[in-house]
Amino acid sequence: MTVQMDQVRRVRAGGTAVELTGVGKTFGSGTAAVTALRGIDLHVQHGEFVCLLGASGCGKSTLLNLLAGLDSATTGTVGVSATRPSFMFQEAALLPWLTSARNVELPLQLAGLSRVARRERAAELLDLVRLSGLGDKRPHELSGGMRQRVSLARALAAATSVESGTPGLLLMDEPFAALDAITRDVLQGELLRVWEATGTTVVFVTHDVREAVRLAQRVVLLSSRPGTVVREWSVAEHGPELHEEITGRLRQVITSHAA
Amino acid sequence: MPPELVDRADEAAAVAGLDALDTPTVNRTPWWRRLGGSVVPPIVALVLIVVVWQVVWASAVLPEYQLPSPGAVWASFLQIVENGSIWSILWTSISRAFVGFLVALVIATPLGLLVAKVPVVRSAIGPLLSGLQSLPSVAWVPAAVLWFGLTDATIYFVVLLGSVPSIATGLVAGIDQIPPVLPRVGRVLGARGLASARHILLPAALPGYLAGCKQGWAFSWRSLMAAEIIAAGPALGVGLGAYLKNGSDFNDIAGVFSAVLLILVVGIGIELLVFRPIERRVLRARGLALT
Repeated sequence: MTVQMDQVRRVRAGGTAVELTGVGKTFGSGTAAVTALRGIDLHVQHGEFVCLLGASGCGKSTLLNLLAGLDSATTGTVGVSATRPSFMFQEAALLPWLTSARNVELPLQLAGLSRVARRERAAELLDLVRLSGLGDKRPHELSGGMRQRVSLARALAAATSVESGTPGLLLMDEPFAALDAITRDVLQGELLRVWEATGTTVVFVTHDVREAVRLAQRVVLLSSRPGTVVREWSVAEHGPELHEEITGRLRQVITSHAA
Repeated sequence: MPPELVDRADEAAAVAGLDALDTPTVNRTPWWRRLGGSVVPPIVALVLIVVVWQVVWASAVLPEYQLPSPGAVWASFLQIVENGSIWSILWTSISRAFVGFLVALVIATPLGLLVAKVPVVRSAIGPLLSGLQSLPSVAWVPAAVLWFGLTDATIYFVVLLGSVPSIATGLVAGIDQIPPVLPRVGRVLGARGLASARHILLPAALPGYLAGCKQGWAFSWRSLMAAEIIAAGPALGVGLGAYLKNGSDFNDIAGVFSAVLLILVVGIGIELLVFRPIERRVLRARGLALT
């Protein structure tokens, strides 16, 4: 465990993308108050791929909302290096009245890029997610997997639109959970490829252990009600038995709620 | 080839294959078949109605001054076409309806936005808006005549009270039906305030807004006809409503019929020529079918 912490600190010297210290989040007040998160410490360095893993009620989505600035923490400090992290939802959430290219362009337009620049960038990003030439299609003309890739391209556009040059921070809230198994498998591979190609920092929320182990460099297991960090694993340091180990711990966390 | 490159090529092929399999197929019916399906049935229905009308007239169950023959109505229609008064009649009514409708748009759009986005405003005048919708705006004609006399102001007042509530209600419904994820998307993409209204809120509410506009047009046309029939005067000119009233005053049943048919034709024509194409474009762009 100490070895792990040392390593984290060392790499962090490269720059911290996310730094949460003692973060707690309580909804409501008095007797009706619900604590969603308690004492969360989380550090993510630039370019790292971290999976937050947990069962229902672990406050994964709350945590992402805090990072995205959609909500504010009750206690502790939230530090995010990117001025505006970009967000990917479980559904593609494309604007149905815009073509896929215009969907990707929207964050660039909102950031004030010129028409030519944003067209070029959108084409580049659609290329990256292997949708070259489909920029004129409307969301309803695309399959679920294609829509989610347009959504990925749009998130990448948002991540890189503000501070040009820096790779940005991508927050993903179970983005593949609504897809069929084959598409999910392919898109996981695609996400890894895009991540390697862009060097974006990714914080990925999932309840699927297999997905977490496949994608992440580091898996953080959260407990439920309230959400706290139970343990974290660095995927590279573990063999194929990691999947079972994490599943075992997750089971423990879940059974503790049986009473 | 090194194994990694093979892998990469495989991946690309897998993605391309999956896309090819999963892409929804869009069946577009050819325009001539669509036209045939949407034009032929109403024409057949129209012909049948005229035939039944002719048969009823020929059986002489109703006296001539109550039911004219289709031929007599046609002759009455040709008469206003030949003396040229049809253009001024149509222009008087249609221009009023359009001006009234445009003013209604300008009033109803901010009103709808306020009602949809400000809870206090909604609870204050939301019920009033839906109440006004069920109140026939003709009911305002007597009051309007007392306030504004027999002038255009009376007519516009009635038209506005007919159409503003429909348009505003349509916009409110359109905004209420926006999937909650879209405003969130707007926020994470950096759209705030006015930018959010322009890029997310208004386009997302457009189908509901259009439906409201369509209904608003129908209401404004209806209210206009009612107002023109009830409030007739030299300052008001002769619109379709006044033409209809004249027919009734002179016991000219053929003129009454031709006026009613003209009112119907204009109402349907505007709907088909203006609103239907816009609605079709908006809905098709979103993959929604026009019913």
